[in-house]
Amino acid sequence: MSTSRRTIAAAVAGAAALALVATGCASGGDAGAGADEKITLTLATFNDFGYTDDLLAQYEALHPNITIVHNKAATSNDARDNFFTKLGAGSGLADVEAIEVDWLAEMMQYSDKLTDLSGSDVDGRWVDWKTAAATDADGRLVGYGTDIGPEAVCYRSDLFAAAGLPSDPDGVAALLDGDWDNYYAVGQKYVDATGKPWFDSAGATYQGVVNQIENAYEKNDGTVIATENPDIKAAFTSVLEASSTLSAHLGQWSDDWTAGLANGSFATMLCPGWMLGVISGNAPDISDWNVANVFPGGGGNWGGSYLTVPAQGKHTDAAREFAAWLTAPEQQLQAFTAAGTFPSQVATYTDPTLLDATNEYFNNAPVGQILIDRSQAITVAPFKSVHYFPINDALQKALTRVDVDKSQSIEDSWNQWIADVKALG
Amino acid sequence: MTTATLNDERRIRRISFSHKLARWDVRISPYLYISPFFILFAIVGLFPLLYTAYVSVHQWHLIGGEGDFVGLDNFFFVLQQPQFWIALRNTFSIFLFSAIPQVGFALVIAAVLNENLRAKTFWRMGVLLPYIVAPVAVTLIFSNMFGDQYGLVNNALHTIGIPPIQWHSQELPSHIAIATMVNFRWTGYTALILLAGMQAISRDMYEAASIDGASKVRQFFSITIPQLRPTLIFVIVTSTIGGLQIFDEPRLYDQFGQGGANSQWMTITIYLYNLGWGQLNFGRAAAVAWLLFLIIVLIGLLNLAITRRIAASSDVPAERKIKKAKVAA
Repeated sequence: MSTSRRTIAAAVAGAAALALVATGCASGGDAGAGADEKITLTLATFNDFGYTDDLLAQYEALHPNITIVHNKAATSNDARDNFFTKLGAGSGLADVEAIEVDWLAEMMQYSDKLTDLSGSDVDGRWVDWKTAAATDADGRLVGYGTDIGPEAVCYRSDLFAAAGLPSDPDGVAALLDGDWDNYYAVGQKYVDATGKPWFDSAGATYQGVVNQIENAYEKNDGTVIATENPDIKAAFTSVLEASSTLSAHLGQWSDDWTAGLANGSFATMLCPGWMLGVISGNAPDISDWNVANVFPGGGGNWGGSYLTVPAQGKHTDAAREFAAWLTAPEQQLQAFTAAGTFPSQVATYTDPTLLDATNEYFNNAPVGQILIDRSQAITVAPFKSVHYFPINDALQKALTRVDVDKSQSIEDSWNQWIADVKALG
Repeated sequence: MTTATLNDERRIRRISFSHKLARWDVRISPYLYISPFFILFAIVGLFPLLYTAYVSVHQWHLIGGEGDFVGLDNFFFVLQQPQFWIALRNTFSIFLFSAIPQVGFALVIAAVLNENLRAKTFWRMGVLLPYIVAPVAVTLIFSNMFGDQYGLVNNALHTIGIPPIQWHSQELPSHIAIATMVNFRWTGYTALILLAGMQAISRDMYEAASIDGASKVRQFFSITIPQLRPTLIFVIVTSTIGGLQIFDEPRLYDQFGQGGANSQWMTITIYLYNLGWGQLNFGRAAAVAWLLFLIIVLIGLLNLAITRRIAASSDVPAERKIKKAKVAA
């Protein structure tokens, strides 16, 4: 008998192991949270949205039943990979997911996997183009605008002074007022005087240039024109030619680049509002960063994000409410104060909090007024469709090969990019 | 038993039933005991393998899902991409830079640990320490140290007057840097496995060899290595499989995780990832996965053959030696 009992025991153990495996994959689906039910909302962002623990604690105080868990990805690329993987898998996304404007168009193809967020409470909250981009063909609004990225120029006043250039914000603004060639020419003067690099990387500078081109890689009907577009070839070549003498050859977001923010390895960089937080966060001990109310070639918008509520979430209603609260003008102003993420909410543009905002780190620069001016200088709304992100990503690699790696000539790198774009199809 | 059958029918039945059970037990139990592994393997090993094959012959979008059947188009496309061949080259380069020094160092470390050291356990646990550190943490620290402009390694080189090495932008240095991370993590682990193998070698052989006047080095090459053959085969096969699938280290080596702007350290798995999750093209990614699988099987077999031959040929003198030693004893 004892042997048969062992047989049964073995069978039971085997079955139990199987059951464990089977249940391991299934998640406890529990829909419909009551008002008092304890729930946890997850929020996924990248870089720095300015959503401080304090800000999130305010929401928890208003809603005692809700706990917020905030996950930050390092770069927008990481966030994108994660977003699409889990959107495809149908589970695993946070309740509120941040997405970037560069891959918004890719995501809009799957807008049916996201919750419709429209409602009278949020009508007219954002600048029109911001909302229009996140509204699908059926009129469903799938993303709440957070920030936009009007660009100014950040500079190191000590390095400017050492080079004999004007170092006060107005003087620098006057100095850099003009087109990109002027920006490079002043840079050449700086390099001649000091022997040190002028800007951080070709990649970042190109990003400023390309965001002033209306149809960079695609025509409005979606046809890919990237490799034939003379504007792109000109931008690519001119940025790289300038970089050969002016660039610090640091790959943006690399460890070297972050170190460069603090150790004065370059004098200027293009500065969308959200970049202010990146600089002050990575170079907390430097007191000489400043920001000038100017941008080469007029105005430009770089980046800016949205909050979405994936339909796969368990608490979509609570998540919508949370996303609406986070993107309300009052909260966005707090985020702006924390990280410099310039609001896309129209009500804020007349708000004294924004108008009078100064940034202590940037020597009390009137960043609110500067960024409002910079956003008004934007004349071009670049067309970004489904191919934008992969093509631009490949182009950034092409720039890196020449500028950072120095492993290819401008022409070789351009040709490889053409091959890369073909391979995307 | 026979008397019981005659006396009591119920008892008979019970006995015959338990008899049957016992027979089933003998026949079926062994299979049941090993079945959890095979059931698990079918679920987490075989099924994904076959499903990947199914995906690889279709157009398949990460979010859009299954598309048209395209036969072997995905395979042909991938094989025509220079990137695939670059990835293959990088994978093998990183693998060679990691596997060969790793097994070499591990052998030496294991041989030292096998001697009569003070505080044996301390040293043995010590070599395992890097293995405990999460690979992500190792990579973040190392990739910072290997920074091209402001990294610790280049700073150190600078102070002793060597020009900085472009750890990220050039192919070979980036492979060496990544192999260093792999070696840092795995050498201790491999050493412990080899040590376990060494401890199973009969002390008599060493004793006999010592009496014969063989030096420690001679003993190492003539007794330890041939006797370690099964362990060495195991270590080499597993490190080959691991080496060809290397992902964490190259993925976290820079801020974008795509293997470098010029694919300097893009391995096959990174290429697979870029196709599947960057371009959202699962069909092609699945084709790469299958190609990788075939390559690993191929290399595994090759590896086995070579290791067998090497170990077998060096076996002969050792056996002779032992025989001699026994005669002498």
